Amino acid sequence: MKTLKETKVGETVWVAKLHGEGAVRRRIMDMGITKGVEIFVRKVAPLGDPIEINVRGYELSLRKADAEMIEVQ
Amino acid sequence: MSIQIALAGNPNCGKTTLFNALTGSAQFVGNWPGVTVEKKEGRLKGRKDVVIMDLPGIYSLSPYTLEEVVARNYLVQERPDVILNIVDGTNLERNLYLTTQLTELGIPVVVAVNMMDVVRRRGDKIHTEQLSKILGCEVCEISALKGTGVMEAAQKAVDIAQSGEKTIPMHTFSGSVEHALAHIEERLLHSVPEEQQRWYAIKIFERDTKVREQLKLSEADLQHVEADIAACEKELDDNAESIITGERYDWIASIIRGCCQKKNRGVLSTSDKIDKIVTNRILALPIFVVVMALVYAIAMGGWSVSIGTRATDWANDVLFGEWVPGWFDAILSALHVAEGSWLYGLIQDGIVAGVGAVLGFVPQMLVLFFLLCILEDVGYMARIAFIMDRIFRRFGLSGKSFIPMLVATGCGVPGIMASRTIEQDRDRKMTIMTTGFIPCGAKMPIIGLFAGALFGNSAWVATSAYFIGVAAVIISGVMLKKFKVFAGEPAPFVMELPAYHIPSGSNVLRGTWERGWSFIKRAGTVILLSSIVLWFLQGYGIVDGSLQAVADNNDSLLAVIGNAVAWIFYPLGWVGDMAWKATVATFTGLIAKEEVVNFFGIAYHYAGDVDLMEDSSPIWALVAADFTALSAYSFMIFNLLCAPCFAAMGAIKREMNNPKWTLAAIGYMCGFAYAAALMVYQIGGLITGTVAFSIWTVVALALFALLVFLVVRPYRESGQLRDIPVRV
Repeated sequence: MKTLKETKVGETVWVAKLHGEGAVRRRIMDMGITKGVEIFVRKVAPLGDPIEINVRGYELSLRKADAEMIEVQ
Repeated sequence: MSIQIALAGNPNCGKTTLFNALTGSAQFVGNWPGVTVEKKEGRLKGRKDVVIMDLPGIYSLSPYTLEEVVARNYLVQERPDVILNIVDGTNLERNLYLTTQLTELGIPVVVAVNMMDVVRRRGDKIHTEQLSKILGCEVCEISALKGTGVMEAAQKAVDIAQSGEKTIPMHTFSGSVEHALAHIEERLLHSVPEEQQRWYAIKIFERDTKVREQLKLSEADLQHVEADIAACEKELDDNAESIITGERYDWIASIIRGCCQKKNRGVLSTSDKIDKIVTNRILALPIFVVVMALVYAIAMGGWSVSIGTRATDWANDVLFGEWVPGWFDAILSALHVAEGSWLYGLIQDGIVAGVGAVLGFVPQMLVLFFLLCILEDVGYMARIAFIMDRIFRRFGLSGKSFIPMLVATGCGVPGIMASRTIEQDRDRKMTIMTTGFIPCGAKMPIIGLFAGALFGNSAWVATSAYFIGVAAVIISGVMLKKFKVFAGEPAPFVMELPAYHIPSGSNVLRGTWERGWSFIKRAGTVILLSSIVLWFLQGYGIVDGSLQAVADNNDSLLAVIGNAVAWIFYPLGWVGDMAWKATVATFTGLIAKEEVVNFFGIAYHYAGDVDLMEDSSPIWALVAADFTALSAYSFMIFNLLCAPCFAAMGAIKREMNNPKWTLAAIGYMCGFAYAAALMVYQIGGLITGTVAFSIWTVVALALFALLVFLVVRPYRESGQLRDIPVRV
């Protein structure tokens, strides 16, 4: 199982499943990260966290701890 | 009858620009009751009967963030006549997600696709008639920045509101979901007006606790629909909330190709190119340091380029130091009010000085907010959070907390006001509570006094003051974020990084002015009143059995109060002859921190010409005779950390917008300061053998143990949330 956290910069992946629950999960989905969506990992912040991704045509930053809940392929 | 238009849309979609274009100067800016969220209302240009309510920028109508709850409550409970939904044409997919939710409310919706000029420039196409058909509501093209199509969009909204047409949502969910929704409507919602049934049905399906409470559904009814929901979840292998969210996005993805054509997908835009450099792994930090240094140098520093500091110095020293008192002198003498009379004192020393204390901050604040508004409008503010998040989130703060902290090294008042740019409610409150710990410019004379009097003018005293300030912020952050009131708040850092764009002059100026004005209006009254009260206590005393003006501060009512409560500070080592002096000095510090030094001058009957705030050396020997190294350090720490000056308290009140939170913040600061000073004095005394072991030593050790416990106790960021307490 690979998560968004392990995805390397410059890679394009597709969301397979979302783990976690409650507000954080809902918030992530509200921002457009839902099953099947394409994600491009653009960069990592200078201090190593958070990461910046491109999803549904815009830039989004999220923490690695949250990215770990996103299973990708 | 007036028409209410609600302006709704995602953050960064140009909503504020549209609002400004529609209302011009006819705006009212305030806060939603009891919360830190800003509320803006205005009247449509040329139409006195059309009220426009600018809702907070939101991505969804979920019950989880403060902004969303505020917007949702307004839409559901106040039911505006029409919703003007502004969507960013360059990012339709995510923006339409909110639109699908707005159309379910049973309120007519007009969609205004913004940034059409950018869309066209990129060679992309949006077929608005097609979009209108699919969404089931009017769609028009605008450019809020250029002002094109703006009035037409508003007119369309007004027309639809008057015609009474309802918007019927066109998107559907999968079969089993629709089946469950129909069941919910039939069983639970027949008493709800027809056009609102779908919204409520979906929310009940999502197990939205707020809506379930609002409708007061019976346990039996809930159990009945629960079976349907559970069946759906089993079939689609997901929870109800995620099913709805996922299907909304799936639906949008399926329609978007039909009404939107993108020309070249792979090419980097200008914004992407800028971002490649600005948040580059190697260059990001140096660029950040340069940007922050510039902001600080222009707004806060003490150099010739520091417009902010110079303007504020001028306002304090010249405008409110000479000119205004001079004018009042002339007016009062024309009215034959004698200098030295109580009325003269009240006006000159009470009111003029008090108003001056409020307005003196404004020039610096305006300069600072001007710069911050530019950073925000350009899109750099979000990058600051991106760059600094790693460090600040450990202390329960936001990456954006860096700016308030930095500004507070100059002055805490604009520092606290700068916390407005932080999105998360929890981070904002924590920032407001801790920013005052950073030693501001006015605390420097206090540090200078004790460093000179007792520590051989050593530089480590000032250094340690900064160290203690930063430590207080960090310890407070780590401690407070574990408390329930904070831990319960959502803080997922899932943040949009908006495209860079050139700031709009009118947006920046308006934003700057709004913040400055809200400080004057909302913080000013507190500052003014407390300044007058303290002026009275300081200037009047009971001499020979009657209340009268006293020339010697040592006879004042303030000194009497100081004497009466001095015992509170005995455990901090403020004992003996200096106890009351230290206590009263602390009180006068509430006017402005540098007054502490002035008061010592008065208390020691200093009559020389040297301005003690600039150079306190003439009273060093006197202070050294009264204080020990430990009690001096304890006094210094208490004054650095305790309740800030009235102006900063006014700013806290303005930003918290809630009396309970304001008191909690100030109470916390005082409590923390007391504990820190107590520990330094008692434990320091125990180690050096200069303070006898007493019950207070035990208390100090216990406090220390408690502090360590609160800092190290385990903690997990909460994913499950309690309800956000908002009443509208």
